[in-house]
Amino acid sequence: MSLDTNQVLAIADLARLQIDEKSITDFQTNLSNVLDLVDQLQAVDTNGVEPMAHPMDAVQRLRADVVTEVNQREKFQKIAPSTADGHYLVPKVVE
Amino acid sequence: MHNKTLAQISQDLQAGEYSSVEVTQHFLDRIKNLDGQYNSFITVTDELALTQAKAADELRAAGNANEWTGVPMAHKDIFCTDGVRTSCGSKMLDKFIAPYDSTVADNFNKVGAVSLGKTNMDEFAMGSSSESSFYGAVKNPWSEEHVPGGSSGGSAAAVAARLAPGITATDTGGSIRQPASFCGVTGIKPTYGRVSRFGMISYASSLDQGGPIARTAEDAAMMLNVMAGFDKKDSTSIERDVPDYRADLNKSMKGMTIGLPKEYFSKDLDPVMAQTIQDAIKEYEKMGATLKEISLPNTNLCVPAYYVIAPSECSANLSRMDGVRFGHRCEDPKDIEDLFKRSRSEGFGDEVQRRIMLGSYALSAGFYDAYYKKAQQVRRLIKNDFVAAFNDVDVIMSPVAPSPAFKFGEKSKDPVSMYLEDIYTLSTNLAGLPGMSIPAGMINDLPVGLQLIGNYFDESRLLNCAHQFQNATDWHTKTPTGLK
Repeated sequence: MSLDTNQVLAIADLARLQIDEKSITDFQTNLSNVLDLVDQLQAVDTNGVEPMAHPMDAVQRLRADVVTEVNQREKFQKIAPSTADGHYLVPKVVE
Repeated sequence: MHNKTLAQISQDLQAGEYSSVEVTQHFLDRIKNLDGQYNSFITVTDELALTQAKAADELRAAGNANEWTGVPMAHKDIFCTDGVRTSCGSKMLDKFIAPYDSTVADNFNKVGAVSLGKTNMDEFAMGSSSESSFYGAVKNPWSEEHVPGGSSGGSAAAVAARLAPGITATDTGGSIRQPASFCGVTGIKPTYGRVSRFGMISYASSLDQGGPIARTAEDAAMMLNVMAGFDKKDSTSIERDVPDYRADLNKSMKGMTIGLPKEYFSKDLDPVMAQTIQDAIKEYEKMGATLKEISLPNTNLCVPAYYVIAPSECSANLSRMDGVRFGHRCEDPKDIEDLFKRSRSEGFGDEVQRRIMLGSYALSAGFYDAYYKKAQQVRRLIKNDFVAAFNDVDVIMSPVAPSPAFKFGEKSKDPVSMYLEDIYTLSTNLAGLPGMSIPAGMINDLPVGLQLIGNYFDESRLLNCAHQFQNATDWHTKTPTGLK
């Protein structure tokens, strides 16, 4: 299947990526080629086949609802691009 | 000293032949003098390594040493290491100093191993050539024109160049086995859930699995003993006892049945590769194993299923890289959208962006059933093929890759041709089975690996098969031409 320019831009938006004008065609070609490749799946009869999420079909374990983490705010925020007073800073979202 | 295996170094340290500081310094010197050619390390932690080595020597002097005390090794730069940059080969994490240890790194710390540093890799483990690293391509020690394979190309190249005796690695679609094959070293991807993924930066969570790369099966077993085990911090970890992976190394091959999937030995397989692999398998016949043709009828669906599942999971996993809490942030974002988009586009390379976009598309409204759900259904069909095959055989053997190492730039321009490189390795990740690559021959002066695929949790048998092969042949002892 072949993607058009607008579809490529819409996917980039969904993925929160900003692709520049000159690489749109490259992405368009490469993504379309991969979609062609994966389209082989559509011909397979999978009626009644249970989707497989874990090879051993393991399910999520539960644990007691108690605090296990210690507070390491300072350590974690030391590697953040921008913080103040224990908060992560981003451009203004709400006026 | 660098030509010794992990097991030999461990024995020498226990016998007092040399100290951990001496052997650690020796490897650090080699990395410093030789890695300019290979670019196999992203970060060398010399000071930390020498501190660990000194502590190990003191522990030994006090009579508190074990077989790992002071043994040098290294980690793929995908395993978080507290206080040390963990880049995953990406500009996005170029300044990311991990604030905690992955369980795998923690396990090696606990037994007293010395970490020399962090090895180079395809960005976020997405690639089969180690060309996509932000820190530049890794060179294959066997030939500077050829790729070392990927994504664990740094780990495989560094072991081949004797810059470390054993290094951790990860495998999502072949990333341990294919570079091990291309660099003439030994690597094993364990059963899904066997090695904890905690602190191992996620690419595709339902496929990712950590494992060792070393020169011999015995060394790989020794490393896997440290790496494997249940971890409550990894929700997909399997609660099951870990055997001593060295216990079965010397078992006989007599009476063992080897399955040869006819789909893997089809007319599309290069005749020279087919001959090399068949010659290797003949060694097992000589040792008393019998061969049996088997069929894995859904083999042709592995590449398409993988390229839905892996990108879908990667698009979700990499959404955390948003320039807010850690990682690269763009200059002067005008609003929050701009912050997310420019930080991500500046931080990620082309292949990573392609896979995120593919995944975002496959998971977008209205497409989930046609792509992700369909691929998961096909995944079960692929698993069922193996379950049926293992009713009749003990181990499956095949090539690791269609060819020996290819040249730089040969496949990086065309993603689909790169994806087909993993045609023989993807199936074990999709099924969750253990797989291994051992040096088994040479084509055009480049090493070629034999792939061994085992049943669930049958790592001991794979290591046994690999060890017996290495007792009977000397492919694993070959050294890259001109290696200092």
